[in-house]
Amino acid sequence: MSEIPTECRYASTHEWARLEDDGTVTVGITDHAQNALGDVVYVELPESDAQVNAAEEAGVVESVKAASDIYAPISGTVIAINSALDDAPETVNDDPFGDGWFFKIQPDDVAQLEELHDAEAYAELCESEEH
Amino acid sequence: MTQRTALYEEHVKAGAKLVPFAGWDMPLHYGSQVQEHHVVRTASGVFDVSHMTVIDIEGSAALDFLQHLLANDAAKLTAAGQAQYGVMLNPEGGIIDDLITYRRANGYRLVVNAGTRDKVIPWLARQQDQFSQANELSITERAELAMLAIQGPEAIAKFTAVSKMDVSGLASFEFAEYNPTSGAQESAGAWMVARTGYTGEDGVEAILPAADAVRLWQGLLGAGVQPIGLGARDTLRCEAGLNLYGQDMDDSINPLIANLAWTIAWKPETRDFVGRAALTAIKAAGVTEKLTGLVLIGKGVIRHGYVVKTAAGDGEVTSGIFSPTLGYSIALARVPKAAKGEVEVEIRGKPVAAKLVKPSFVKMGQAML
Repeated sequence: MSEIPTECRYASTHEWARLEDDGTVTVGITDHAQNALGDVVYVELPESDAQVNAAEEAGVVESVKAASDIYAPISGTVIAINSALDDAPETVNDDPFGDGWFFKIQPDDVAQLEELHDAEAYAELCESEEH
Repeated sequence: MTQRTALYEEHVKAGAKLVPFAGWDMPLHYGSQVQEHHVVRTASGVFDVSHMTVIDIEGSAALDFLQHLLANDAAKLTAAGQAQYGVMLNPEGGIIDDLITYRRANGYRLVVNAGTRDKVIPWLARQQDQFSQANELSITERAELAMLAIQGPEAIAKFTAVSKMDVSGLASFEFAEYNPTSGAQESAGAWMVARTGYTGEDGVEAILPAADAVRLWQGLLGAGVQPIGLGARDTLRCEAGLNLYGQDMDDSINPLIANLAWTIAWKPETRDFVGRAALTAIKAAGVTEKLTGLVLIGKGVIRHGYVVKTAAGDGEVTSGIFSPTLGYSIALARVPKAAKGEVEVEIRGKPVAAKLVKPSFVKMGQAML
């Protein structure tokens, strides 16, 4: 059973989004996603200051198995990227909700988070994909 | 319905992620493919390769048959205990399969791929039907046997400690047969142990009865040898520059453009093997492609099917991986024969700098570049 923190919201494409105290949103991929991908070997992140749009491509995660697109869970401006993943992409496997984060967004409309799954709904989604 | 090897329960016990592969339930990894890769480069690992197809060719006409069947010359195996890598071709010169041929005391053994079994077995039967000495030939699939590969710098020491079989006298591509009870070598022993592998490391491959394979597996794990899945098997072989059937070569690819010209025995000229005439014609017309190595200079991961742009024309990636040993992406690619040096690989529509190199990236734990 994979870890699904309740403080995050989840996209159907297996990204998580967490609203921070300063109003920014941190984005990464879920434990379920990293487990399905296998060892992550390279992450291509958006540029800092780039505009990303909900459900549109914002990067690529390459695992030993395949390349998978990363979609922005909500729209906004990228204000930080986790460049530590350049040298240690395996952090995505080791700590997907912590040090394995991908980028931070200044959201256009924080209410967009409500359109994403909560932990319970996301758990059901994962469950249904496994069967 | 997928098949299970004798080690299936052991894989489950070891926490394997099992996936369908060539009709078999096989372990992809037991946790981390990258970690397993490193273990084989630095210590030792054991692979269940029981899905591979073992075929015994016996009878007084066995050698004649193999000399017709294979592009390499089985007569180069001058004594029992010698093995040889090679390919079997179709009449057009395309590769039906790659295989190892072992010369035993009373005949020959072939080990071919799992994914090709369903075409190779009928192909052999057809070749036998058309063979003038068909009555002096028996072809027997040995599906009841299991096969384990023990690979890595510590593989020989670990295997010897667990099996009590002395394999130190075996050179690369030599093998011996052993009595599993005494550990002594004997002709037509129950275990066949060869100094071969698919990783670029030292090690052995053992063909043995299923029940013995389970005991050997358990003994090896008890001695600290780690189980390794098919995922790491692929990255290890790719770093070693070894072809994978179905990816780097298939029925439409001849050995001259698969980096396997060295496996064709042209002499004696009187030996008429299947595909010889086609290969001779291809050679005379001029070979225009080659399978070579590719190293990514820019960022990303090269994958199977990506386009390679060279000054001599476009080529295609046949196997592409992120190399755990080197820390960047490498590949095997089929490109125009004149291509060399710096090239570009198209990664999701973007050109990324790369260069062509000899297709051998890592050997015995050392980077070859």
